[in-house]
Amino acid sequence: MTSLSTIATARPSLSYRLGGSPTQIAILLGVALFLIAFLIVPIVRVIVVAFTSQDGGFTLIHFKDFLDNALLRESFWNSLYVAAMTVVLASLIAVPLATIIARFNFRGAALIHTLGVVPLVMPPFVGAVAMQLIFGRNGSINLLMMEWFGFRIPFMEGLNGVIFVEALHYFPFILLNLSASLANIDSAMEESAQNLGARGFTLFSRIVFPLALPGYIAGAALVFVKVFDDLATPLLLNVTNMLAPQAYLKITSVGISDPMGYVISVIMIACSLGAMALAALTLRGRDFSTQQRGGGGLSRRTMGRGGNIAAGVFIVLVLLLVLSPHIGILLLSIATVWSFAVLPDAFTVAHYVTVAREAGPLISNTILYCGLAGLIDIVLGAALAYVVLRTRLPGRKLVEQVAMSAVAVPGLVLGIGLLRTFHDIQLPWSGESLATFWFMLVIAYAVRRLPYALSAATAAIQQLHVSLEEAAENLGAGKVTTLTRIVVPLMTGGLLAGFVTSFATAAVELSATLLLVARAPDAPLSYGIYVYMQSAAGRGPGAALGVIAVVVVAVATYLAYRVAERERGLKSRTF
Amino acid sequence: MIATIASRTAAAIALTLAATAAGSQGIENRLVIVTSFSKEVTDPYRLAFQKKYPGTSVEVQNRNTAAAVTFIRETRSNPPDMMWASAPDAFEVLKKDKLLQRYQSKATGIATKIGSYPVNDPEGYFTGFAASGYGIMYNTRYLKANNLPAPKEWGDLKRPIYFGHVGISAPSRSGTTHLTVETILQGEGWDKGWATLLEIGGNLAQVSDRSFGVPDAVNSGQYGLGIVIDFFGLSAKASGFPVEFVYPTVTAIVPANIGIIANARNLRAAEAFVEFLLSDEGQLILLDPKIQRLPVRFDTYAKAPADYPNPFKDARLAKGITFNSDLSEQRYELLNSLYDRVVTFRLKELNAAWRAIHTAETKLAGKANPAASELIAEARARASRVPITEKEALDPAIAGAFQVLKPGQTPAGRQAEFESRWDAAALKNYTEARTLAERALTAK
Repeated sequence: MTSLSTIATARPSLSYRLGGSPTQIAILLGVALFLIAFLIVPIVRVIVVAFTSQDGGFTLIHFKDFLDNALLRESFWNSLYVAAMTVVLASLIAVPLATIIARFNFRGAALIHTLGVVPLVMPPFVGAVAMQLIFGRNGSINLLMMEWFGFRIPFMEGLNGVIFVEALHYFPFILLNLSASLANIDSAMEESAQNLGARGFTLFSRIVFPLALPGYIAGAALVFVKVFDDLATPLLLNVTNMLAPQAYLKITSVGISDPMGYVISVIMIACSLGAMALAALTLRGRDFSTQQRGGGGLSRRTMGRGGNIAAGVFIVLVLLLVLSPHIGILLLSIATVWSFAVLPDAFTVAHYVTVAREAGPLISNTILYCGLAGLIDIVLGAALAYVVLRTRLPGRKLVEQVAMSAVAVPGLVLGIGLLRTFHDIQLPWSGESLATFWFMLVIAYAVRRLPYALSAATAAIQQLHVSLEEAAENLGAGKVTTLTRIVVPLMTGGLLAGFVTSFATAAVELSATLLLVARAPDAPLSYGIYVYMQSAAGRGPGAALGVIAVVVVAVATYLAYRVAERERGLKSRTF
Repeated sequence: MIATIASRTAAAIALTLAATAAGSQGIENRLVIVTSFSKEVTDPYRLAFQKKYPGTSVEVQNRNTAAAVTFIRETRSNPPDMMWASAPDAFEVLKKDKLLQRYQSKATGIATKIGSYPVNDPEGYFTGFAASGYGIMYNTRYLKANNLPAPKEWGDLKRPIYFGHVGISAPSRSGTTHLTVETILQGEGWDKGWATLLEIGGNLAQVSDRSFGVPDAVNSGQYGLGIVIDFFGLSAKASGFPVEFVYPTVTAIVPANIGIIANARNLRAAEAFVEFLLSDEGQLILLDPKIQRLPVRFDTYAKAPADYPNPFKDARLAKGITFNSDLSEQRYELLNSLYDRVVTFRLKELNAAWRAIHTAETKLAGKANPAASELIAEARARASRVPITEKEALDPAIAGAFQVLKPGQTPAGRQAEFESRWDAAALKNYTEARTLAERALTAK
């Protein structure tokens, strides 16, 4: 940082006084404009009622009502408890997995990475039904437990059930970000430490762990915030004494004028920002960057036979556990009837035949929308992370916080806001409303998933030593060239993690989708699944579409990792 | 990517051009319907209507009821043409917001009342096209595995053997459940009605946040019995699930509606669709095993299978109580909130209270123990009452706190204040009920 300002002192211009180059100022302004148009204005237009009194003036009385309500206070603590415990459980799954993949020579690391992302893809409704059929009170496992041992395990009951399901669902946030961080550690750091005599735990606690911390913290903070704000899992388990379901039930109940739903939304946004700030605080004052780059991650060790088997068994067991909902969805999609039984009564391919005709456009729409949203996210995320960490522009922290707050904005609130803000703007070529134009779905997905890409990009830049950029600039490269030739290539892993997370979670987003889709031909897979899952006969076809959604995301993720692995292979030092 | 975008734009332009060409048979060539109905219901109607009016293409937008209402409200400058759904409350809200327009169907031979519930909106803003009765759906495998008898009446659901086996959707989330709750309250009276609802509430495994959540869970065998609308049970059975459905002696019959949205672009097509729904042809589609709703046209029943429920002949369905719509409307929002406070959000405590009462009653059955009986009676009273009287619930100053404020109206408090109070009262009642019942076990 100091050296950057020394260079800048040479040209004391307006941009110097602002703390960044004109390009950097333009980048920050661009991101800010995007957020104002598609996040702040729409959201404010909806949640303003939280601050409006009965006679239309400003008031904070609704927040007092929140604090006075025993149920809501209880919900607040429950949400906090569940989010914290989920981070612990998700870490127990993700950290060993990431370490094994990074540390040891393992065939098919890309495959494990792919399967590690799949839990993020929980198709709406189908995922819930499959979870209940596997882990529920009368799911396969408990029916077997009753038969063999005469008791049940309440996997899916109460707050602990929520923690269990959330951890299975969101541990990939930690896995992805931690893996990206581990891959960026230069083996030379490790070798130096080893030359100095560090071994085993010392090596881990003094070198590997601190260097991987930005990725872990980024992932853990995302898990915390996501779980704190998550709606689907509490609803699936029918746990209503948490904040997100309390807000949702208020906002979506027909004919309710009570502002409490929006009050809760405001509180959730504030808490999420607080959690993110806390995460940033733990990293403050430490320097995680290393100058050596391209070491291709930790030095790979070849495991002995025993180690190989142990790691293999661990990975298979973990994958079996985290993928069981998806195995459930697969079974559901080929089942005739599955009711109060360990396995379906009989199998059929009829459901795939039913959906075959309409699956094509649903798949291409999903890939188009979510791919674009993912791209927008990594471009905006990388640009913003760069400006935040590499310049002293005023307001950059604020823009970052606004972008992060999107993680806590309920999809429905954003959907209503976009509809309210853009419905009256018509497209010049068709007269169609901008709000229900398909690109608005891309925007909605991109806005809500920007925090994922932003966290990943921030972690990636934190590991990148500024001297590499300075070296490039000393050699005559401009800011833009440095960015495109040095910074972005060295961030590939982190950006990939961001893209995959955005893409995978957008592929199954429903609440904003349900509000913004205006024509069936424009609909993505999640809408198709919703339409089927409203009737008993639609369960099989809905599950078939769910399987298709999972496969689409898995294939996209796998391809992305293959590309990244090849890149890394090229970058690795060969001496 | 660019090619896809270009082709989409071209398609949009083509669509607009087509829209300006005159439709056949005097109606517009496009009809946009927002609906919460499943594909099984909408597809046959869409195809049949397009066959009858080949120049018109029907676009169906599937949204859940809340999203549908929000969408119509936010797009009022250029809205879809029709709203098609079960939930009567959604139509009431749209009507209040002046988002619907009147239409009087020309069809004849249509019932004006089913049971005691009027089929159409009295002011003509929406039209009932089918009816459905409430009842109990149960999973036969589940009952067999748990050695449970099949229920017949609402009262059966109070029996201790069904503890933890019953599901319902919240009245605030399902307009049809709301009508069932209101029917029970009107039929049995406020105090007795709530006692019934809370005692059934003690047995609930779940209060679902969406209507379809209940049949979904019964189909999977997650719990055994659900309080559902008939077509959920009947169509699940037709789809091969091991479930049965019964109408209790007294049931609520509720209409499913369609309404034309104010400023609809394709008014004549919308009117034609209403007429089509009520026509002989349209009503026959309701008999499809995957739809299974009750026609509102008398002569359609002549073409139905012999065992098809007929609300005009069947004594169980025709009976029912007189439904007072004014009463219902006055406390509509309040009732939704109250049920959530005393059942949905305090289900754990309500379950625990009733479990303690059941345990005490079983242990003390047949023994003369006046002290214990008194404690149990007191526990039952605590677990059966709500923190507000019927008179208060109808007081505009209180009920008004739950509605959109009308000019000149001053409610006695904010909704949040009442909710906080009710929550505290429910919590206190159920905790005390549990303690009393536990004390009864050791009372001498």
